[in-house]
Formats: sequence, C-alpha cells, structure tokens
Amino acid sequence: MATQFTRMLAGRNTAVVLASLGAGTLATGYLLTDSTAAAERRMLYPPSADFPDLRKHNNCMAASLTPAIYAHLRDKTTPNNWTLNQSIQTGVDNPGHPFIKTVGMVAGDEETYEVFSEIFDPVIKDRHNGYDPRTMKHPTDLDSSKITSGVFDERYVLSSRVRTGRSIRGLSLPPACSRAERREVERVAVMALSGLKGDLAGRYYSLGDMNEREQQQLIDEHFLFDKPVSPLLMSAGMARDWPDARGIWHNNQKNFLIWINEEDHTRIISMEKGGNMKRVFERFCRGLKQVEQLIHERGWEFMWNERLGYILTCPSNLGTGLRAGVHVRLPNLSKDPRFSKILENLRLQKRGTGGVDTAATGDTFDISNNDRLGKSEVELVQLVVDGVNYLIDCEKRLERGQDIKIPTPLAQFRR
Amino acid sequence: MPFGNTHNNFKLNFKVEDEFPDLSKHNNHMAKVLTKEIYGKLRDKQTPSGYTLDDVIQTGVDNPGHPFIMTVGCVAGDEESYEVFKDLLDPIISDRHGGYKPTDKHATDLNFENLKGGDDLDPNYVLSSRVRTGRSIKGYTLPPHNSRGERRAIEKLSVEALTSLDGEFKGRYYPLKSMTDAEQDQLINDHFLFDKPVSPLLTCAGMARDWPDGRGIWHNDAKSFLVWVNEEDHLRVIAMEGGGNMREVFRRFCVGLKRIEEIFKKHNHGFMWNEHLGYVLTCPSNLGTGLRGGVHVKLPKLSTHAKFDEILGRLRLQKRGTGGVDTASVGGVFDISNADRLGSSEVAQVQLVVDGVKLMVEMEKKLEKGEAVDSMIPAQK
Repeated sequence: MATQFTRMLAGRNTAVVLASLGAGTLATGYLLTDSTAAAERRMLYPPSADFPDLRKHNNCMAASLTPAIYAHLRDKTTPNNWTLNQSIQTGVDNPGHPFIKTVGMVAGDEETYEVFSEIFDPVIKDRHNGYDPRTMKHPTDLDSSKITSGVFDERYVLSSRVRTGRSIRGLSLPPACSRAERREVERVAVMALSGLKGDLAGRYYSLGDMNEREQQQLIDEHFLFDKPVSPLLMSAGMARDWPDARGIWHNNQKNFLIWINEEDHTRIISMEKGGNMKRVFERFCRGLKQVEQLIHERGWEFMWNERLGYILTCPSNLGTGLRAGVHVRLPNLSKDPRFSKILENLRLQKRGTGGVDTAATGDTFDISNNDRLGKSEVELVQLVVDGVNYLIDCEKRLERGQDIKIPTPLAQFRR
Repeated sequence: MPFGNTHNNFKLNFKVEDEFPDLSKHNNHMAKVLTKEIYGKLRDKQTPSGYTLDDVIQTGVDNPGHPFIMTVGCVAGDEESYEVFKDLLDPIISDRHGGYKPTDKHATDLNFENLKGGDDLDPNYVLSSRVRTGRSIKGYTLPPHNSRGERRAIEKLSVEALTSLDGEFKGRYYPLKSMTDAEQDQLINDHFLFDKPVSPLLTCAGMARDWPDGRGIWHNDAKSFLVWVNEEDHLRVIAMEGGGNMREVFRRFCVGLKRIEEIFKKHNHGFMWNEHLGYVLTCPSNLGTGLRGGVHVKLPKLSTHAKFDEILGRLRLQKRGTGGVDTASVGGVFDISNADRLGSSEVAQVQLVVDGVKLMVEMEKKLEKGEAVDSMIPAQK
C-alpha cells in the first residue's frame, strides 16, 4: 500500500509542490486529464447559460460570485479535476437565512484554493473580517506555555474544549474523495495514532463496526459525530458512502479524540470537564505535534501554507481551524440585553450545548472564538481565556446587583 | 452529477478492491448485482456526457435500504447510460421487471380505444382516478447529471411545447421559482405539485441540485392534465380527475401525450425511446411505459383481510398511501395502481388496474354484507 502511494505521490509531487507554493495555473496545467467528448459537450452551453440564480441567496459565495468570475473559472479544473461548479453546489442548493450568513462553498482538494482563488479570496476576506490572502500571512503558534490565567472558576465553567482540523496532503478532501482515498486517510491517521504513548495512548473505533449502543454512548459523552443531516454538508457530498472509513479514535482517558473523515480528514479535539483550559490546550498542542511527527516518519504531511495556514474543507476553518470554547453557566448575563454586544466586542460567539445550530439548554452556553484566520492558536486561546474570565466577572457582578460594562472592541488583525 | 468523470480518471490509480463499495449491509437491486468483476470492467468507462459507474450507483451505496423494501439503488444520467453500463443494468432490469431479458422487445400501445370498459368504477368507493408517465427529451442529459444550462433549456422547450396546446389542453406554466408559498401549498393539496425532494434516494443521486431553478408545473385550465418539469424526470405527464371514470382519464392522457410528442418532434427533440427498453427514464424501475395508472379507493374491510396483499400480487397491482410512494393509508383509503412498467403495453397495464379495482370493489361490498370473498380471489394474472 505504501509503495503504491509513494509512486502516486511522486507522480503528483510536482503538482502538489507547485500548489503549496501558490503557483495555481502551473498546477492546473500539469496533470489535466479530461475526455474530449465530455469537454466539448460542456462548451455547448456558454457560462452565462449555466450561471446559478442567486437572487434569493444569502451566503458569502453568492455575495462574491459574479458572471464574469464564473465565466473565467467554469472550465478550469484542479489537478484532481475538481471544478468550480462542484465547489459552489452547496451554496446554490442552500440559499441560507437572512440572519445567518453561511459560506456557501467548499474545497475538493488543496489546489482548489489556488485554481479558484479569484472567488475564494474575496469569500475568505468576507468571512474572515477583512483578512486578505493576497497580501497577508497567517501566524501559526502552538506553544501552550504562553497562556496566562487559563484556569476558570468551576462554579461557572462546566467544561473546556479545543478543536481543530488537519488535512493530509496528497489526498482529496471529503467533498471530492473517492472511497479508496477516504480509506487511505483512515489508514494513515490510525497508523499514526497507534504510535501515541503515555496519557495519549488509546484506540480506534470504526463507525461501521460500532454497535448502536456504543455509538449512542459516545454521542451522549459529546465525543462522536453523526451521519450528517445538515443539507449544507449533504449538498457538498460529504455524506457519501457513509459510514465507510469513518471512525473515532480516543485516548484511554477520553480527553483527547480524533474524528476521522467527517467534514475534514481529521478533527482533533482535546477536552475535559471543569475549567482548566490551559491544561486542555497543553494536551492539544502536545498531541498535535506528536501526531504530526508520526505521520512525517511515514512520508506524509499536513496541508498548510503561509497565506492560508492549515487547509481545510470549509473556508471558514482556514488558518488555525481552531475553536476553543467552554460550556459556561451565565444565568444573569444571558438575560442582559447587552450580552450579544459584549460577546461581539470580545470576538466570541455563543452556541447551544449541542454544538453549531443548536439552542442553549437552561442557562448554559457554549462560548468560543469567532475567528480562525489571521491570529495564531495561542492568540485565539488567550482571547477565549480573557473573554470568558470577563463574562464570569460580569455574571458575578450581576449576581451582586452591580452594573457591568461593555468592553471596548478587540483589534481585528495585528499588522 | 457533480462527482462524475472529473475525479474518475484519478480514481483509476487505485485498485478495484480499494474503490469497491462496502455493500455488506445493503438490500437493493444494485447491491445484489454488483460484483468486483463488473465494477472492474466498467469503472473506467463513461458515457459521451461524462457519466460514470460511480455516478450510477452512488444513490444505492448511500442508501442501504430496508430488509422489507427492495429499492433499485441506481439511476441513469443520460440515454447512453443504459448502453455503456449494460453489464450492470441489464441484470438489475431483469430482477426488477420480472425476468425481462436483454433480447426482449417492449410493446408501446397508446390507443385508448383498445381499453375495454373502465368508465363504470363505483364512485362511492373510487374517489379519484389518475394516470401518469414520464418522458425524457432526446439530446439532454437526465436529472441526476444535467447542468443548470441544460435544465433551463429543457424547461424552455417544454414550456414552448405546452403553451401551444389548445382546446381541452389549453393551460399555463407556473415556474417554481416565482410561485408564492400560498399558490404552492394549494397545488400540493390538490395533489398537483411536487416538493423539493427530501427522500435521500433522490438527493443522493443529485436530483435536487439548484432547486428550484428550471422546475415548474404546467396544467390545463380544467386542472385535469398536468405536466411536471424537471423533477425526477424531464417531464412527468399526468391526467387525473375525481371519481371512477378511468376510461376518460386514459383517453385524455393518450391524446395529450401524442399532441405533446408531435410538438417536440418538430423541434428535433423527440422523446427517448427504443424497442428494447421502451421509454427511457431516470430510474430503471420506470422503463417501458413509465406508466402508473391508479385510483384512490376506499377498501377499509378488504385491506384488513388476511389475503389482501396476495390478492394485489395476483392482480399485478400495488398499494400505496394517499400521499404517494412511501406514505401510509389514511382512513382505509388506498392508492392502488399497476405494479408493472416494462414488458407490457400502456393499454394492458391500465386494463389490469380497471379490472382489478372493479373486482376489489365487488369484494369490499361483499365483506360489508358480511359475506365471504374467498371464492372471488383471482388466479395469478
């Protein structure tokens, strides 16, 4: 198996290297394969006939895609033959909601972000508050020792969690991957994870072999992922062949977990009950570094470049791909009309305790960072630490009948 | 289909065993027929429009099915799919259509005068009568595969053809895009309109892409003849009315269909048809006539009879709920229609419905009077 892949990688190596250097058009031309008849058929319809009707749409793709950009990009393909139409299908099929602006497009492989940069760059800028991939560089920093005041008052913070994603360079992403590629991602990841030792040692549970009781247990513990039902993911083809090559790995202490082949190749999660975010982040960084080391030993690496940081399926997760958050009780603050503004200025977001698109149960909220790109991992976790401490302080003040202040808004990017 | 030929050549770098889907938990026709040998033989092929084997089978891989319900598990992306992927589709067609062989020929008969009777189903029991079929327009790829440009071209051509009809067929087109929610709800309640597909059988095959772009419904002023544009097939043609006059419904169906076909032919885009498979449609289950002729009929007593399903089987009929496929019956009212599509003509299939429903209503009346119906149970048709 490994030799087949090294051979294949060698063949694609130049394209991959070109792509990671940002030389999009060279990479496109390098390995283009296409049936002439099918290509001719496509030409029967000019791009204007194919341009999607986006008048009722509210997502980043619809806001940025113009007929001119579409015409320019429609007939291009990445070296894996992924097309623009495939990237935007999810945004066309899901017009969105006036109050919630989704991204509306996905990447099929690493080169997508280069070949279709004409549409991806403005979408990235829109989603990541002005981060300009053409001119800016993304900082990566996984030195957890830099975090200060990272232990929260456990009368308020029930649990702490940090997650990110990593993609394995050379294999297509979940919207595009074939069954064989997906199985290869699983194989590479599981082999690497089996090398973890000490408090990180653990084992793998393939979704296909799990029984329903085990599965429900893992969901209730907030460990497992379901077959996607969200049309945002379904329309992007991420549920194909379910549950083939999907699974979850976790360490024996159940505080370091990896999801395999859900919305990204891998999602890495460090979590524990209580408020010790510093320890959660320390384990997160240590685990990530060890996993990266283990895949390097076998000739693999993560998708990363200096423009966009870590490359993931959804543009919203570029950069750090990091969401650091807590489940925190805020019975008084959550009823205060200034709550949303405080969160906004602290660059935090709230979710229900079931994750994205769920509602809060009782007064307990999932509070996490808004940003992913343009700030490093350490910066984002510190931002969450400072922000949550501020929220707890507000909660305590309101308990005592004191007034609270809306904090000044945090700066977007350091230049 | 988005996941089509663009990635297919790259997949060939992987061995067959690595790409072959895990069908161990599956119960559909595709899973029964597909072997590694067939997969290996067909996986590097594509139709002229670029449709591949994985496109054909994806819906069957993603939907393992149910132990009691055998779905087809594959779709065609264009007319040529049935040729290029013969080695997979012929055995599936045979399985689904009662042993239909690759050498068999299908008879088409849309002469409504050949139907015997059908105008006297008791309206106290038969609440409504309906005949539907599908048609694909030659020169365009099918709903799982077509691009927005193609879908809009199909819509444009269909609207041109339909709006030129006159007499009892005079009507108008309602594009889904510009329908108000109120209009839409009304049409659904009238049993006229189709929803955005939610069934994973359809969504996994890519048929809901770009919804509602290029979709719409045309109906005549009398609301007795309707055409769905760009749902699961290019066109679904439906004739219906309240009561039991299936003969009249079938007449209108045949006349309307012939008129539409003439207009499409004039534009050099006739219907997809061949003498082996009859009318070519997206799902292999609808090949042949693509015809489902049925009634909504009250059979509260007969439906609880121990032999109800056996009776239906012998009459070559099937039951559904009044919401259509995959719904349950409400208040003892069933949707009863022909089970066959391929290997018998339109007239023959509607004849089965007419005769079978007539018999079942007689049986229902007997059961109401407290009499036994065992002597009336028919032989296998």
